[in-house]
Amino acid sequence: MILKQLTVFVENKAGYLAEITELLAENSVDLKALSIADTKDFGILRLIVNDPDYALAVLNKKGVLGKITEVVGIQLENRTGALDKALSVLAKNGVNVEYLYAFLAGTPNFAHVVIKATDNALAEKILKDAGFKSIN
Amino acid sequence: MEKRYYQKEAETMPLDSLRKLQSEKLVKQVKHVYENVPYYRALMDKKGVKPQDIRGIDDLYKLPFITKSDLRETYPYGMLAVPLRDCVRIQSTSGTTGKRVIAYYTQEDIELWEDCCARAIVAAGGGKEDVVQVCYGYGLFTGGPGLNGGSHKVGSLTLPMSSGNTERQIQFMMDLKSTILCCTPSYAAFIGESLKERGYKPEDNCLKAGIFGAEPWTEEMRRDIEKSLGIKAYDIYGLTETSGPGVAFECEEQSGMHINEDHFIAEIIDPDTGEVLPEGEKGELVFTSLDKKAFPLLRYRTRDICVLSRKPCSCGRTFVKMAKPMGRSDDMLIIRGVNVFPSQIETVLLNEGYTPNYMIEVDRVNNTDTLDVYVELSADKLSDTTEGVSALEKALSSAITTMLGIRPAVHLVPPKSIVRSEGKAVRVVDKRKLHD
Repeated sequence: MILKQLTVFVENKAGYLAEITELLAENSVDLKALSIADTKDFGILRLIVNDPDYALAVLNKKGVLGKITEVVGIQLENRTGALDKALSVLAKNGVNVEYLYAFLAGTPNFAHVVIKATDNALAEKILKDAGFKSIN
Repeated sequence: MEKRYYQKEAETMPLDSLRKLQSEKLVKQVKHVYENVPYYRALMDKKGVKPQDIRGIDDLYKLPFITKSDLRETYPYGMLAVPLRDCVRIQSTSGTTGKRVIAYYTQEDIELWEDCCARAIVAAGGGKEDVVQVCYGYGLFTGGPGLNGGSHKVGSLTLPMSSGNTERQIQFMMDLKSTILCCTPSYAAFIGESLKERGYKPEDNCLKAGIFGAEPWTEEMRRDIEKSLGIKAYDIYGLTETSGPGVAFECEEQSGMHINEDHFIAEIIDPDTGEVLPEGEKGELVFTSLDKKAFPLLRYRTRDICVLSRKPCSCGRTFVKMAKPMGRSDDMLIIRGVNVFPSQIETVLLNEGYTPNYMIEVDRVNNTDTLDVYVELSADKLSDTTEGVSALEKALSSAITTMLGIRPAVHLVPPKSIVRSEGKAVRVVDKRKLHD
């Protein structure tokens, strides 16, 4: 359930993001999900990819700054209230969510949610105990 | 360990003999300049000083100063003191602060300069068995030719690499087992980084020492370079106007650079009044060249701010030591009325665990100076939240504020996005138009 997220530092410069996506595409890195947090000076790009260590090496080689961050990935049924159920159980147990992003899982019945919690290990245990499935 | 000198008699000369030697040389040199350089003769006449008024080094203060603007004024031949046919070489400054300065050398001037560089190499532990890799630029810049000549005099195997092409530098360093590296400190740091990137550990190279100069650097940077290359890093000082590198050099004590006083007289003056300051006081460094024939500058104001010390040195050399210049008055920025040296910002970066790769941008917006500092971020500091990265910027800004007394805006940027120098580092961009 603990996933490796690729965290990338993005300079606020025209074309910089495209440079990163181009590098990943050229090296056949498959993007499964992404989110970006930005300020006026820089952005933090978060990626779930098929091979995060390889993708990081590809980026580092070209001087792009990145690192691997651990996050929790769960699978949700694609229906109303599913996300709420997961977040409620975390909140009830005192685990805060720093950020999250969600994406559809290929089949229409499921969605995947990536969560960065204040305590990932605890979040993983709580979600598991509550019956949530991990992303395969 | 046996003490080693290149020219023992000169380097360890008792102080009273040294003063006597300087006095004799000064009297002759003033006469030579007065008779052959009309521009300086006019400066002396204006001040009412005749060559016969200079009877020894105690009369030095009577002579007029030469500044960089005098050199611009007299470009290209106005300070030449011998016929051109007696000159064998020129070197030149980069011209970044205005018009280039052209310095002329007779064959004797070259010999003297190379002797000074040889003293620096021997003081750094160099000898006939050493392989000296010179990656200062060759050409008009004095760095390459100076150390190249010094290395020949010592009898070391000299690799005349010049600057740049880091791939080739590393290949030669490894294949030919270089033992002494000569380059700018920023290039040494860059080579260290490049070696690490290629998977080399500090003990994988054969280097034992480095002789680094031509740009300001800090003690923190010295420690970083020593660690990354596994060497002892020695400072060397010089400027084209006085010959080139080797005017002063460090010994194994690494606590200041011995000035080659048999060839140069050093003074520290108050940069505002021109008054000579006593030993130990901070001020502008002024050089008088005693032996140079073609381009013999008397009381040349270097713009470097530093301190001299006559404290006896354990290496046995009697030459006065100059501290690492705190900055060049050329480099000094006045931002919101505060004196700022880029080296101060560098010190903070290294203390906070950043690389010394930075750029300072000064501008003026609505009549207020702005200071922006761009610093490269490394993976160990990268956060996965914008708040995390912003917190780093704030912390660094506060640390710089504590050092300077003014608050900069700090911008973290990806590694290697700040242009690396293979010669002198351009660290400051001043966009204010104050002199128009």
